[in-house]
Amino acid sequence: MSAIRNAPLQYDRHIESALSQIGELLKREYGLSKRTVGLLLLQTDTDIEKLVQKHEAEALPSIRKIVDETRSLYNQPLNYVIAMRRQQEATRLSSIVTTSRGKSGTGFTERLSRITMHPVTGSLILLAVLYLGLYQFVGVFGAGTLVDFFENTVFGQWINPWITGVAIRFVPYQWLRALFVGDYGIITLGLSYAVAIILPIVTTFFIVFSIIEDSGYLPRLSMLIDRIFKTIGLSGRAVIPIVLGLGCDTMATIVTRTQETKRERVITTLLLALAIPCSAQLGVIFAILSDSKLALVIWVLVVMLIMLLVGFLTSRILPGEKATFYMEIPPLRLPKISNVLVKTLTRLQWYLTEVIPFFIIASVMLWLGELTGVFNWIIALLKPVVAFIGLPQEAAQVFLYGFFRRDFGAAGLYDLHNSGAIVGIPLVVAAVTLTLFIPCIAQFMVMLKERGVKTALAIAIFIFPFAFVVGYFLNLVLTTLRVTL
Amino acid sequence: MDLEEKTEELLETIWVSIKEQDRDNVQQDEVCTGATEELEKLVTAGYVTVSNGQLSLTPRGEPLARNVIRRHRLAERLLADVLNTGDSIMHEKACKFEHLLDRGLDDSICTLLGHPKICPHGKPIPPGRCCQKQRAPVSSLVSPLSRLNPGQKGKVAYVHAPQIKQLQKLMAMGILPGAPITLIQDFPSYVFQVGQTQFAVDNEIADAIYVRLLQNEETADAEVTSPPPKTVGGRWGWRRK
Repeated sequence: MSAIRNAPLQYDRHIESALSQIGELLKREYGLSKRTVGLLLLQTDTDIEKLVQKHEAEALPSIRKIVDETRSLYNQPLNYVIAMRRQQEATRLSSIVTTSRGKSGTGFTERLSRITMHPVTGSLILLAVLYLGLYQFVGVFGAGTLVDFFENTVFGQWINPWITGVAIRFVPYQWLRALFVGDYGIITLGLSYAVAIILPIVTTFFIVFSIIEDSGYLPRLSMLIDRIFKTIGLSGRAVIPIVLGLGCDTMATIVTRTQETKRERVITTLLLALAIPCSAQLGVIFAILSDSKLALVIWVLVVMLIMLLVGFLTSRILPGEKATFYMEIPPLRLPKISNVLVKTLTRLQWYLTEVIPFFIIASVMLWLGELTGVFNWIIALLKPVVAFIGLPQEAAQVFLYGFFRRDFGAAGLYDLHNSGAIVGIPLVVAAVTLTLFIPCIAQFMVMLKERGVKTALAIAIFIFPFAFVVGYFLNLVLTTLRVTL
Repeated sequence: MDLEEKTEELLETIWVSIKEQDRDNVQQDEVCTGATEELEKLVTAGYVTVSNGQLSLTPRGEPLARNVIRRHRLAERLLADVLNTGDSIMHEKACKFEHLLDRGLDDSICTLLGHPKICPHGKPIPPGRCCQKQRAPVSSLVSPLSRLNPGQKGKVAYVHAPQIKQLQKLMAMGILPGAPITLIQDFPSYVFQVGQTQFAVDNEIADAIYVRLLQNEETADAEVTSPPPKTVGGRWGWRRK
């Protein structure tokens, strides 16, 4: 073991002499050894330079001189030279302590990994993952079976009648009762939507996402999709926020921080706000469009087309550095159930603490709005807009809900569909418009915070009329072609 | 007309100080102090003109000088990448070598090296006719990763990243000269293995990584122009062209 010494890595004499010279110039403590600070300065690390500038600006000119002189001694940038030396040492160390059986890359996992990355088989697997994971599990099971049980049985038959009974007995005023158990009541609308409709959908989505994440499939998805994403100004890396956006656009907008360039962050934020339905919306839309496969196909195609088109045009207009793609492909692993559950629970906890207050606030505002007549006034204003895209007047209310939460609006659409008020072409038009429509309040708040007031407002001002214009043309095309759904 | 080594060197210096600093001419004292004899030869041959102590290249001299530079830098690349020559003697050897690379031999070497864009010192290599044509990639010894066939193995020869930011990305991924590298697939993204780790990158980054190809047993015997036998990855490997 004498070959492994516990001493700092030695570089060649030019770098060593530069390091000792810089070490002498540095008088202050930086929480790092002088050697480390020197190495960072040689690698022109801007953060450490700023620190030195702040604490001992007088030493900086001489340090810069040493760095420049050292740099001129090499043909390659200094960080390259330093990395080379480190690599050399790492290789030496690993060759001492590891042995290789020489055989790698032909096992079952490796073969499976290649299949998931192949353009043809990979795309099929991708479709299968989307179909089974999103459509069957989140859409059919989560938004169908589970929502049905929670909404109609748990809330519809048990909780709501009981709590309404309690309210009637103890709350004498009709207007106050309405706050809790009326059409827009905190319990009968807010909590019942949050728990009965949104919770099962989000839970099933987070389970699927955690499995995909832990299996190592996400980077493979990224590499498959990189070329397509490049046309909309994004790199394959953007699949993480985009796929996460299918769960919750608010969360996804926060995750755009992981993207490298500002340009990518703006494009992703726009697409998330415009074309990516969140899981609640997705689940409800799957549920209401499931009667007609054609309706579902039209919805998917139109929304995807809009996403590609808007992304393509935005990437043409927006200035800035082009996205590059590089990503480590970890080995495929079988996800551990305990990890998946812990992750799902953590995300749910985050989601619920964030979402339930919003549902309650939205309920209260709707209640207030109705009580004061403000909402009737807004709904009256929205009615011609809604009629413009060929929808019945009742749908105006749905779009108003959409202001408060996207999923709230979608859930309202679900109710309208169940009561038979919207069927056929208007249903698809409503689904598309609502998908494109303004982001929910929470997402808009995050957009303001992450992208700044100007960008966030610009995005919102673009989306609002755009969604209705698309709805109008979709209605026009479908009715002209006499499509029967 | 063949020029002597020293005269050729002067021509090189003039070209570099004019072309690489975007000027039309150069001060005589700046490039040739004590090389009046060589300058005389260049003027007589009609490659260089002198007026008021300013040197400029003639339409005949310019392509010739450019070609000398190209040969010199290709020679350096050859010495560094293939013959593993150290920095200290590289320039000297390259000066000798460049004279051997005339009459189309430079294009062959250029192809062999995968049409490199820069010399080991980071200076641009003027492209030749062969670079526009970009002949069969597999006949090269050094080739950008993007031109490898899936299944081909090699060692990273050098990294040519125009932007320092990209260089840092590549370094963070452990892609440094000498690292063993295998291309696994090239569509829709490039997937390769360095050491025990696999990476996916786009075209731009795959273009920046130059690989010195290893001719393994199967491909050693005169099979240089045909792709190597496909490995597991190659079986489904999607081939361009």
